[in-house]
Amino acid sequence: MRVALFVTCINDTLRPGTGRAVVTLLERLGVDVDFPAEQSCCGQPQFNTGYRHATEPLVRRFDRAFRDYDYVVTPSGSCAAMVRDNYPRIAARAAAEGRGRELTEAAARAVPKTYELTEFLVDVLKVTDVGAYYPHTVTYHPTCHGLRVLGLGDRPRRLLERVRGLTLKELPGAEECCGFGGTFAVKNPAVSTAMGADKVRAVTGTGAEAVCTVDNSCLLHIGGMLARQGSPVRPVHLAEILASTEADTAAGGAAGRAAGAEGDAR
Amino acid sequence: MSRSFLGMPAFPRAAAVSTRDPRLRANLAHATHTIRDKRARAVAELDDWAQLRAAGAAVKDRTLRHLDHYLEQLEESVAAAGGHVHWAADADEANRIVTRLVRETGEREVVKVKSMATQEIGLNEALAEAGIRAYETDLAELIVQLGDDLPSHILVPAIHRNRGEIRDIFRREMGKWGRPAPEGLSDSPAELAEAARLHLREKFLTAKVGISGANFMVAETGTLVVVESEGNGRMCLTLPETLISVVGIEKTVPTWQDLEVFLQLLPRSSTAERMNPYTTTWTGTTDGDGPRAFHLVLLDNGRTDTLADTVGRQALRCIRCSACLNVCPVYERAGGHAYGSPYPGPIGAILTPQLRGMAGPLEESLPYASSLCGACYEVCPVAIDIPEVLVHLRERVVEGGPVTRRGARVVLKPAKGHAAERAAMRAAAWTFDHPGVLRGGMRLAARTRRLHPRRLPGPGRAWSDTRALPTVPAESFRDWWRRTRGDAGGSETGGVK
Repeated sequence: MRVALFVTCINDTLRPGTGRAVVTLLERLGVDVDFPAEQSCCGQPQFNTGYRHATEPLVRRFDRAFRDYDYVVTPSGSCAAMVRDNYPRIAARAAAEGRGRELTEAAARAVPKTYELTEFLVDVLKVTDVGAYYPHTVTYHPTCHGLRVLGLGDRPRRLLERVRGLTLKELPGAEECCGFGGTFAVKNPAVSTAMGADKVRAVTGTGAEAVCTVDNSCLLHIGGMLARQGSPVRPVHLAEILASTEADTAAGGAAGRAAGAEGDAR
Repeated sequence: MSRSFLGMPAFPRAAAVSTRDPRLRANLAHATHTIRDKRARAVAELDDWAQLRAAGAAVKDRTLRHLDHYLEQLEESVAAAGGHVHWAADADEANRIVTRLVRETGEREVVKVKSMATQEIGLNEALAEAGIRAYETDLAELIVQLGDDLPSHILVPAIHRNRGEIRDIFRREMGKWGRPAPEGLSDSPAELAEAARLHLREKFLTAKVGISGANFMVAETGTLVVVESEGNGRMCLTLPETLISVVGIEKTVPTWQDLEVFLQLLPRSSTAERMNPYTTTWTGTTDGDGPRAFHLVLLDNGRTDTLADTVGRQALRCIRCSACLNVCPVYERAGGHAYGSPYPGPIGAILTPQLRGMAGPLEESLPYASSLCGACYEVCPVAIDIPEVLVHLRERVVEGGPVTRRGARVVLKPAKGHAAERAAMRAAAWTFDHPGVLRGGMRLAARTRRLHPRRLPGPGRAWSDTRALPTVPAESFRDWWRRTRGDAGGSETGGVK
């Protein structure tokens, strides 16, 4: 089984701790994970803003980078959704505009092997207890693309429930969008902020120490707002929780380091 | 409040004002959350909802594909039943036809059934210019009309008003339009409803002309269908001598059997009812029963142009249930007026730019009035993939492309004001396709991380005014992997060639 990590551009540049956590976690579960350096962005920011043509080279690049692997695992619901939902769409439009079948073949190769992390753990590795230890209260925000496009269902929750030491707090209005929405956050700042403020109020209302998601993009928005308000609630990617063990906690906490020392919103 | 949708500021500007209105936010949040929860329960009662939804989408798609055929069949059926069919290419033509038809009756007053099509064409204003007064009889439409306001929701046009505001409007305005509000009117729902009933009863009993839209038109028999909750529509459809119905051409269904699907989908999606209280159907005219003259004005107004767009045409499946408004987090905070059209919310964001064309800054801003969260698609009873159409229309805004306008293929130019963004997006895409350059940029950002500002200038302010910026880590994932694992894992061939 050849498994590649698709780290995504946001994680690569702003939250590398999440990528390191996925590597740690998968290796602990006996998976030999590779990082093809040829990878870059899935093209979602361009595609969702209306620059479909600019995403075509990135579809080709994704295919080149991951062609030789059986599975592509990504710690991002929205980037996995971009590949699964939009690559075929981009390919079909390109074919309709007379640009051959190259993209169609690229999309056909990419779609079936691309997995969001929790899907890979639950559906492919068939594990829900990943041996994690995280002695904190956590609330979980199911991000829109994970929830509605990928249909992750209760996979993240089943994984969280098996983390020792973790107390899960129910998030009121969990299924409502946090208001990030990529370029929506800057094109409609008033509405985005209003949505984010309501989400942050719900998060802090749970009394949890940390809010976790399967998408760092949403966490940049939620965490950025928590930080601007001086809230002590930490934004943590689910992978960082699943990667934590008792040894890490004794040594100061890998997840604590990941969330605190770098990549954190200030 | 402006009476005109024209000249409204673009969506983000309008929304920036409405999001700061705590009363509006509270009214909307309360109303949408209530309907949303009720709808979810009503839908969960049916174990074949997914199949019903698929059937609704399929019937609409098939009908739209052969719309020319079904419209001709409809015209023949209506005429055979004693009705008259008029074709209106746009709003002006529809208004001219209706004005002429009312004038021919010699009447100066008409009663109206709540209708999105007549809102869309601005019929009341056109009639007023011709000296004809149109009385809205739907309770919420009445509130909007008396308040000299604009509707802000498809199903509940006065959703932005609370009971206290409605009482004040009734007390202040009812007397100017007919029977005044009762003395000492309170804000209890029963008293407000009774005041409206007394006020409207006068209109129903005196009006000689009724104007309606229709939820469906059945091609095989020429039957029109109005689905409503209050019964006021039925009064307007049965009491007057002349009935004029203005209906969008996309409301056609081939057969009565097709209604079976939609009469299940619509009430549960809109009012969360298993069955709507009043379903009125009428076919032409019948001696001794109902109106003696029936006119059907078939409205195009951008619909055949929309039909020509293979991605965007799915918007024409819409049955105006407003489920998408009630779950939309953007609508809930921005309010309906920000959408600058009688069609607010997610469906308005894709319908308005298509019906009007990318006519100006408002239409160009509407495809961006969404975080693409997908809640609208999830609840849509006819499975309109609203996020897909939004992204498609965004492409029309930033890149232009071929569209159909008044039946002719034209190539749309990109909207003004996106040049900097286009350059940035293309540069970003190019950089992402050249990881060597990307790595250089990331290293530069990491080395200068202590110098990064906490607040950004220019467009970046939109982020940093309310949200802290993420700090750039000392080492990217890519560099960590190379440092700890070497290059064994994969070669980097994507640098600048």
